[in-house]
Amino acid sequence: MDQVPILKIGQTLFVSIQIDLQDESVMLLQEDLAAELAATAATGVIIDITAVEIVDSFIGRMLATIGSISRLFDAETVIVGMRPAVAITLTELGLSLNGVRTALNAEKGLALLNGRD
Amino acid sequence: MEVGASQQRMAAFLRDNHDKVVGSWSELVAAGLRGRTSPQEVRRELEDLYSLIIRDLSGTDENAAGELRAVLDELSRNRARDGFTPSETALSVFSLKEAVYELVAEAADLVPEYLAFSRVVDDLGLRTFEAFSAAREQIITDQATSMMELSTPVVRLWDGIIAVPLVGTLDSARTQLVMEKLLETLVASGADHAVIDITGVPTVDTEVAQHLLKTVSAARLLGAECTISGIRPQVAQTIVSLGIEFGDIATKATLADALALALKHAGLKVVPA
Amino acid sequence: MDELPIQSGDDVVRVRQHVRNAAASNGLSLVDQTKLVTAASELARNTLIHGGGGVARVEVVKSANGRTGVKLHFADDGPGIADVDLALTDGWTSGTGLGLGLSGSRRLVDEFELKSEPGAGTSVVVVKWSR
Repeated sequence: MDQVPILKIGQTLFVSIQIDLQDESVMLLQEDLAAELAATAATGVIIDITAVEIVDSFIGRMLATIGSISRLFDAETVIVGMRPAVAITLTELGLSLNGVRTALNAEKGLALLNGRD
Repeated sequence: MEVGASQQRMAAFLRDNHDKVVGSWSELVAAGLRGRTSPQEVRRELEDLYSLIIRDLSGTDENAAGELRAVLDELSRNRARDGFTPSETALSVFSLKEAVYELVAEAADLVPEYLAFSRVVDDLGLRTFEAFSAAREQIITDQATSMMELSTPVVRLWDGIIAVPLVGTLDSARTQLVMEKLLETLVASGADHAVIDITGVPTVDTEVAQHLLKTVSAARLLGAECTISGIRPQVAQTIVSLGIEFGDIATKATLADALALALKHAGLKVVPA
Repeated sequence: MDELPIQSGDDVVRVRQHVRNAAASNGLSLVDQTKLVTAASELARNTLIHGGGGVARVEVVKSANGRTGVKLHFADDGPGIADVDLALTDGWTSGTGLGLGLSGSRRLVDEFELKSEPGAGTSVVVVKWSR
């Protein structure tokens, strides 16, 4: 099982998913993020999935759940770097990831988070 | 009578009467092709085919069947390229039966073997027909793909704003292509606003609307905001009567209106110079 | 044909990678590869979680008109699905249901066959063709 590192820069938590995650690792990430949000009062979460080739309903639900959890902590989540092939597949699957915002890259994601005031 | 033995007897017969049969066959084929190919060329082609058929029938060579198929496919392609109809090509193969029958009838021997042989030749002739059809299908498919590619441009309207002017019906195959091109352009240009113009889409029914919604959904996953423009009055009425809901997707009558909206979202304003 | 066991989360990851390789080396476009692997991920997970573990078979197939395709077969001896029709329904906009894995997978592939009976396990066969 792999643990995905969470970086904190300013008020934002950064997560970059680099490998093909096994289900247990996905659950662990969700727990770790919830813990970090509670401990640090971060106001934003950026999840970079540029390197992710497959997003199935399990991972999709995890992303949506993280969005809901961060909202409970008054933080906003932005998913960045989704690959076109992944976006097309998710759309076909019927997963709309409601409740999380998306952006093309981390830079735009950050701009989105900072613009919300 | 065992198939193997029957075919072997036929193979032996064909070998023994090689010159007579090939000669007869060549004449029949040349006559059928009405002089568009020289008799020598015809004879050469048929010689190759003849030896392969004998090898295949005698059953001693495993590769013969595969080689025979390949040669027939090649023959079919060449004839098609030279302007012959698939029937003419098939008849060339079928006329081998006639050439062989002349001799069998004389000898009044090998009649059951002839029947089995006849069926084998039928299959070979039909194969040339199939090869012709398959080649045609491939051409049609390739052309359809080219047409789809050509009619799905993605253009940059302004910094961060791209447009997809759709022309023609939006079926699921086309939708896949539109989604792919739109998303790739979003990534490459870093745009955050896409306008999908449907002025050129003749009918918008529930299926087309679903395809549009899918496309917008996919673009949104890449962080782009979408506007659908080009809603003609007739189309608007159809959409409402069908109960189609575009939800929170902005829709505008013209591409110009959509551009103005996108510029506003980007915090830009157009003022007189 | 290759047969892979599905008895753990790691096995699911292995199935994904194996299917990805098969799809890539048999002419499927990037989008089609992604769709097939995603469907494989859903079905493999179903086999593990609802089927109590099972097996995945990956095969390269050829159609009548010469196209190449990848065929996947997921089988388990689990409790089976009581109402197959119900498990396969969903409107594409409702993105939260548990049954999304099955109905969603069906949309991602070209051919889909599901056989399941309570107490008799489940078998899902899917095919994705190259274009």
